[in-house]
Amino acid sequence: MRGSGFLKIVLFVLIFHLSCISTPSYSLDVEREVLDNGLTLLIVERHNLPMVVVTVGIRAGSVLEPPEKAGLSNLTAMLLKAGTRNRTAEQIDEEIEFVGGELESSGGYDYITVGLTILKKDIILGLDLLSDIILNPVFPEGEIKKKIKLIKGSLRASEDDPNFVASKAFIKEVFDGHPYGRLIEGSEESLRGISRDDIIDFHRTYYLPASSIIAIVGDITADEARSLISRYFQIWKPGGPTHPRVPSPPRGRGGRTIVIDKDLTQANIIIGHTGVGRDNPDYYAISVMNYILGGGGFASRLMQKIRDEKGFVYDIYSTFSARKYGGAFEISLQTRNESADEAIEEIMGEIERIREEPVSDRELEDAKSFLTGVFPVRIETSRRIADFLVAVEYYGLGMDYIDKYPEYINSVTKEDVLRVARKYIRPEDLTIVIVGDREKLQTW
Amino acid sequence: MSRCSYTGFFTISMDSLHFLCIPVLLFKTMRRYLAAILFLFLLIQSGCVHALPETRRAEKVSVYEEVLPNGLKVILLRDPSAILAVFQIWYYAGSSNEQIGKSGMSHLLEHMMFKGTHKHKEFSRIIKRVGGIDNAGTSRDYAFYYQKLAPENLHLSIELEADRMQNLLIDPEEVESERKVVMEERRLRYEDDPQGLLYEEVVAAAFKNHPYRWPVIGWMSDLKRITRDDLYGYYRRYYVPNNAFIVVAGDIDTERVLEMIKEEFGPIPPGEDIKRTMIEEPPQSGEKRVYLKKEAELPYILIAYKAPNIFNEDSYALDVLAYILSDGRTSRLYRHLVDQRQMAISVGAGYDNLQRYPFLFYLYGTPMPGRDIKELEDALYEEIEEIKKNGPTEREVQKVKNRIEAEFIISQDSIFYQARLIGIFEVLGDWRLKDRYLEGIRRVTAQDVQRVAKKYLTEDNRTVGILIPKGRGSR
Repeated sequence: MRGSGFLKIVLFVLIFHLSCISTPSYSLDVEREVLDNGLTLLIVERHNLPMVVVTVGIRAGSVLEPPEKAGLSNLTAMLLKAGTRNRTAEQIDEEIEFVGGELESSGGYDYITVGLTILKKDIILGLDLLSDIILNPVFPEGEIKKKIKLIKGSLRASEDDPNFVASKAFIKEVFDGHPYGRLIEGSEESLRGISRDDIIDFHRTYYLPASSIIAIVGDITADEARSLISRYFQIWKPGGPTHPRVPSPPRGRGGRTIVIDKDLTQANIIIGHTGVGRDNPDYYAISVMNYILGGGGFASRLMQKIRDEKGFVYDIYSTFSARKYGGAFEISLQTRNESADEAIEEIMGEIERIREEPVSDRELEDAKSFLTGVFPVRIETSRRIADFLVAVEYYGLGMDYIDKYPEYINSVTKEDVLRVARKYIRPEDLTIVIVGDREKLQTW
Repeated sequence: MSRCSYTGFFTISMDSLHFLCIPVLLFKTMRRYLAAILFLFLLIQSGCVHALPETRRAEKVSVYEEVLPNGLKVILLRDPSAILAVFQIWYYAGSSNEQIGKSGMSHLLEHMMFKGTHKHKEFSRIIKRVGGIDNAGTSRDYAFYYQKLAPENLHLSIELEADRMQNLLIDPEEVESERKVVMEERRLRYEDDPQGLLYEEVVAAAFKNHPYRWPVIGWMSDLKRITRDDLYGYYRRYYVPNNAFIVVAGDIDTERVLEMIKEEFGPIPPGEDIKRTMIEEPPQSGEKRVYLKKEAELPYILIAYKAPNIFNEDSYALDVLAYILSDGRTSRLYRHLVDQRQMAISVGAGYDNLQRYPFLFYLYGTPMPGRDIKELEDALYEEIEEIKKNGPTEREVQKVKNRIEAEFIISQDSIFYQARLIGIFEVLGDWRLKDRYLEGIRRVTAQDVQRVAKKYLTEDNRTVGILIPKGRGSR
C-alpha cells in the first residue's frame, strides 16, 4: 500500500467533523419523526439489497460519568448484550449470529451507539433483540467481572501500540481534567471502583428515549419502519430530565514537550492543542484550512513537504476533531528517531506559513472541490448512511445539511482561511508528545 | 489509507486493503471480509436466484468482458443501483515475482507509480479535484491501483492509468526519497510492531523455497539496495497490457467506457510474454518453532499450518472451520478461551486461501495478563483436537453457512468490494471462479470439517511463533 492514513481520516471526519458532505447532485430522502416518548426516528428507504441497517445513538457518553468512575459509560454500553430480563448473554449471541446478523454496541465520548445489520427477512428478530438489550439489560455480576477483566487486559495490550501511548498522553495533557482527556475505556484503577449499582444507575439515568436517535436505513418502507419502531420502542419510558452541564475543555496548558521512552526505531509524534466544538461557526473554514495544511492526504502541504520532499514519514496528517463540547487539533506522524527533530522543525515551518500567507487560489479551489465532491464516496453503504444520520441529528445540523454543505464550503474565502489559521492554531500553546527511543532522539 | 491503526481496543480500521497491514490483528476481519466478498456475483452468473428471492439488484447487474488485441483484458460490471464508479487496474506483479536480494521491489514500484510521468506530475491531486479517492495495494501475487469517483469522471482514470502504464519517469532522486518513505512504512508496520514482526518470522520459517516466504514490503537490507534501474527494468517488463487487466464497476455506460479504454490503452504495444515457473514448496515433516524477543507488554502466539488454496476442494471446509473457530462470540475459541476460561484477551483463526499458490491457515492469541503463553498454546491445540475427535455440530455448520450467505448480500452494498472481488478471482485465473465459491461452501458437511482438521492441522505441518516480551535490558 502506498498509504496515506486517509480512510482513517475519512471515518474520523464522518463521525466527528461531518465535513464530508454532499455534492449538489446527491441527496438523501430522510423522514424524521419524534415519537410520543421523545425518541427521534430517522428513516431512509434504500431498496438495493434485502437488508436493513439500524444505528441507535444515545446521549450516554463518557462525558457524563464521574472522573473517579471513568469507563462507566463504555462498560455500560459493552454490557448491554450481557443478558436481559428475557435472554441470557449466550442466547442473545446465538440468536443474532445464527441468522448471520450483527448486533454491536460501542462507547463514545458524546454518545454511545448500538448497531444492527440484518437481512430483511429477519428484521423482526433483529428489532426485538435491539430493543431488548437497550431497554431490559440486567447486567449480571459475573458478566461485569469478566468484561472488566477483558478491558483491563486490552488496555495493557494497547501499551504495545506506540500510537495509542502517544495519543493517551496527548489528550491527558491538552484536555487537562476534562472527560475528553480520558480514555473512554477508563483506567485499570478507575475500573476497579465501578460497581454493578453504578452501571444500573447509569443505565437508568441516561438511557432514555428523549436522549436517543434511531436511524433505520435499507429495504423497508417508511410506514413499515415507523410501525415496527413503535412496536418495539413505544414502551420505552420517558424518564426525567437528567443532563448535568458538561463544561467546555479548558484552553489547556500547552507549550510542553512530553517524551516517553520506548525501545522503538521510530518516534511517534503528536503535535497539537485544544480545538473547536462542532457548533463553532468557523467549522467550515477550518475544514478547508485543515485540508490544505494536513487533512488532504497526498494533496496536503504536510504530506508534500514531510513525505514527498523529505522522505521522513510514511504518513502524516492533521485533524480538527470537533465534538459537542470542544475538540482537539492534532498533527500525527511517525519518523525514525534520528529525524524527529528535523521533521518537527519542518512542521513548525508549515504551521507558520499557513498562519502568515494566504493560501493560493488553486489550493482553495482544490480543497473546495474535493470536500464538496467526495460526499457520495463516503456514505456509499447503508451502514455509513445510518451512522452519519445519527451524527447529523445529534449535532443538530438539520436534515437539509447534505444539501447545504456545498454552500457552507463554497462560501469560504482565502481571507477566512487565513483568519481561522491564525485564530485556531496557536503555536505558543502546542503540546508535543514523542514516544520513541530517548537516546536516539536528538534534542529532547 | 493503508494504515491499520485501531482507535479503540476493539475497533479496527475499516480499511479494506490489508496487504501490508499487520495481518495478525486483522486476520479475523480480513478472513470475514474475504469470505464475504467471495460470492458477490454468484447469483448473476449461476442464476440461482431462488436462494435470495429479494435480490432485485441481481437481475440488473451485468458483466461484460473483452480482451483487446494487445492482450489487455477489460471486465465491466454495470450496477444501476451504484452511486459511485470504481476503476481498477491490476498487474500480475506482486512480490512473488521478485528475485532473492530484491524483495520489496514490487511495492516500491507501486509507490513510484504515483510520482509522475512527463505529462502528469500529480496523479492524486487530479483525482481529488473531482472529489475522487485513489490508492493502490501490493500483494504476493499482484499490484493494483484504483480510483473511486463519480461515473462521469471515469475518463480521468482511463487517461491517467494509460499514461502511467507507458510513461513513468522513475526519477532517481524521487526513488531515494520514496525508498526512505517505504523504510518508514516498514518500521511502522513491522520493526516497531512485535506482532507484525512475528508474522514475518513465522512466514519466513514456514516456507523454505517458495517466494511467498519473503514479506511484500521487503527486508530492510534489500530495500536499501534496490536501484533505480532495477525498478525501471521491472516496470518495463511487468507493466504491459498483456500482463494486466482492468475492472470498471458502477452505474456505467458500458459501451462508452469500453470505447474510451480502447482509445487510450489500445495503442500500447504488448510486452514480451512472461513465463511463470512453478516453484514448489517441499513438504514439511516436523514442527518448526521460532521465538522473537522484543520489548512488549504481553506475549503473543501465532501458529501457521500449510494449507491449500481455493483450487483444492478442501479449502471450503477449511474456510468453514475458520468461521467455527473464530467468527463472533459464539465461536469456539472466543466462547471457550476468552469468555469461559478467561485465559486470553483475544484469540482467532484465519485462512489465506485466495492466493495463486497454497499458503497458510492460522491460529493466534494474546493471553490474559498473568497467564502463561504455553497454557494458551495448549488450549488452542485442545480446541483443534476436539474438532478432530468429534467434529463440529450440524448447527454450527449451518450457522456458518447462514453467516456467509448474509455477508454475501451485505458486502454488495459497496461497489468497490464488488470490483475487487472480480479482480481477486481474475488473478487466480478467471473471475468466474467466484461462482464456485458459495456452491463449495454449501456442500461442506460436519464430516468434511472434521476430515480437513485431521488432514492439515497437524503437529508436523505447523510453524509456531512466540513473542517473548523483554524489558529494556541494560538500558
